[in-house]
Amino acid sequence: MEELTNVVDWSRAQFALTAIYHWLFVPLTLGLGVIIAIMETIYYRTRDESWLATTKFWMTLFGVNFAIGVATGIILEFEFGTNWSNYSWFVGDIFGAPLAIEGILAFFMESTFIAVMFFGWKKVSPRFHLAATWLTAIGASLSALWILVANAWMQMPVGCEFNPATMRNEMTSFWAVALSPMAVSKVLHTVLSAWTLGGVFVVGVCAWMQLRGRNGDHCRRSLKVGAWVGVVGVLLTSITGDTSAVTVAKYQPMKLAAMEGLYKGDFQQSIVAAGILNPDKTPVNDEPAFLFDISIPYGLSILATHDPDAFVPGIQDIINGVSYDSEGNKINTVSYAERMEIGRRVRSQIAAYDVALRAGDKLALDTLHETINRDFAFFGYGYLDNPEEAVPNVPLTFYTFHVMVTIGGFLVVFLLAALLFVYKPKWLEGKRWAKWWYRLCVLAIPLTYLCSVCGWVVAEVGRQPWTIQDLMPNKVAISDLSASYVQITFWIFAVLFTALLIADVSIICRQICRKSQTDLDQVTD
Amino acid sequence: MASTFYSLNSMDTNETPRLRGNNTLSRIWFFYLDGFRSMTLGRTLWAIILIKVVVFFVIVKLLFFPNFLNSKATDDEGKAEYVRHELVDDP
Repeated sequence: MEELTNVVDWSRAQFALTAIYHWLFVPLTLGLGVIIAIMETIYYRTRDESWLATTKFWMTLFGVNFAIGVATGIILEFEFGTNWSNYSWFVGDIFGAPLAIEGILAFFMESTFIAVMFFGWKKVSPRFHLAATWLTAIGASLSALWILVANAWMQMPVGCEFNPATMRNEMTSFWAVALSPMAVSKVLHTVLSAWTLGGVFVVGVCAWMQLRGRNGDHCRRSLKVGAWVGVVGVLLTSITGDTSAVTVAKYQPMKLAAMEGLYKGDFQQSIVAAGILNPDKTPVNDEPAFLFDISIPYGLSILATHDPDAFVPGIQDIINGVSYDSEGNKINTVSYAERMEIGRRVRSQIAAYDVALRAGDKLALDTLHETINRDFAFFGYGYLDNPEEAVPNVPLTFYTFHVMVTIGGFLVVFLLAALLFVYKPKWLEGKRWAKWWYRLCVLAIPLTYLCSVCGWVVAEVGRQPWTIQDLMPNKVAISDLSASYVQITFWIFAVLFTALLIADVSIICRQICRKSQTDLDQVTD
Repeated sequence: MASTFYSLNSMDTNETPRLRGNNTLSRIWFFYLDGFRSMTLGRTLWAIILIKVVVFFVIVKLLFFPNFLNSKATDDEGKAEYVRHELVDDP
């Protein structure tokens, strides 16, 4: 806490706090939405009332989580306008489009059909009700899609051109923004990870009931859907995680280097499976990067490029602009010192553009506009005091990445085992260790949340110091506010969101406890 | 919206009472009205949503989250000028 002394740090802490709390609600909505839609589809096709009872049980938990989580994301938009006003102006045209679509189309779609989902059981046809349930699930995912597209643009700003007259980036291609490699991999990885969480949630809640010997048939029905969604989710999350790693290696190599604590890259680069970073290591000294590590040969080259022989640059290589192509030839990438020079030049050209604009010097305007946009990719480096400032927090990025991967690996095995026990229940029933399995299932719920949050920390901390990759560092994106002003709202949000989380968890737990004592094979309301 | 009333347990029957109301608007109105009236847990959740919305939009937004640039300029030209000063002249 001693380091949180300025407005940038407090604003970042506030944004991180609200984003993490918001994200605790979102993935369960996305994952459980798909699960209840599948359950209702089974009910629609079989007309088996027990499936209706099961659908309604999970729909209640979905409703609680949706109601408590809804609108928590709007706080992030408040923060853009107040704490990050330079950023908001700088990107308004591009950031606004996906957020507007999210607000107008996806959220209203979700909100409209959720009413039919809860109020319409006795009032609309089963077919229409089923459609409403699917549209609620799809609407939630579409809502997430546009937010993630906006986030992906911050990681990989494409499809835009800077207008020095308005000081704004203007969208030149909506589809370049929406379908950038970063957006595609981020959307798939994130939404599919939510399916994983939904599946684990169902498995965990059913395990809790089975520990108490309640509603065995309901649990078996639920697990058939939950475990399958979880398995499909976690396998596809792993595959899209691989795609994400390739995308990050290509467009955010510094983030990849921080994720692996890699300071000096190599051909046939190994990957650190587990390790303890050397706290004395900095980008400018020759200390060893690790106190202890277990590495897998070729691992990082394969992860980053799918080529075991490829060169993967480390932090020092990236700063110095050194890399190699697949034939081993040295590539003259642009060093950070050069980028800083270019960035400063662009800044002075923008100042000159303003003078030319006031003087009405059209020739100078055209020339400056062309040179500004030619070099604009390195604009943000002009604000750095030294190249090392562009290195993210390596320990935080490294450890959260490895926690995410470790829990993710556990979830693959765990969910495959859960699915196996669905079809081979005798392997579990009556065994002395069954209760330990059920306890593990319950523990898997918070572990999956931790995994999900770690994924976001890797994505966001790993791209520091950039608010927009290469274009705008945090220190110029921020508004001219006092740190104490931001501290007040930080603590207000800490209290508010903690209260909401406690309400969410306690209402969900109470509902599970109360409903599990009733017969969940029968429709009661 | 379908105008047929389906009992929960009568998907295969011919039971077809209609939604309350004579036209689309009144049907939508009664759809929501009946839905809200029959809520149990939903009442608590709606109370939380309403409290949350009031706290977020009335207290938090109005008191703590004004649009910063609106305090610096009244039009887009002025805001661009302010941001240019922040990013170029005095970063």
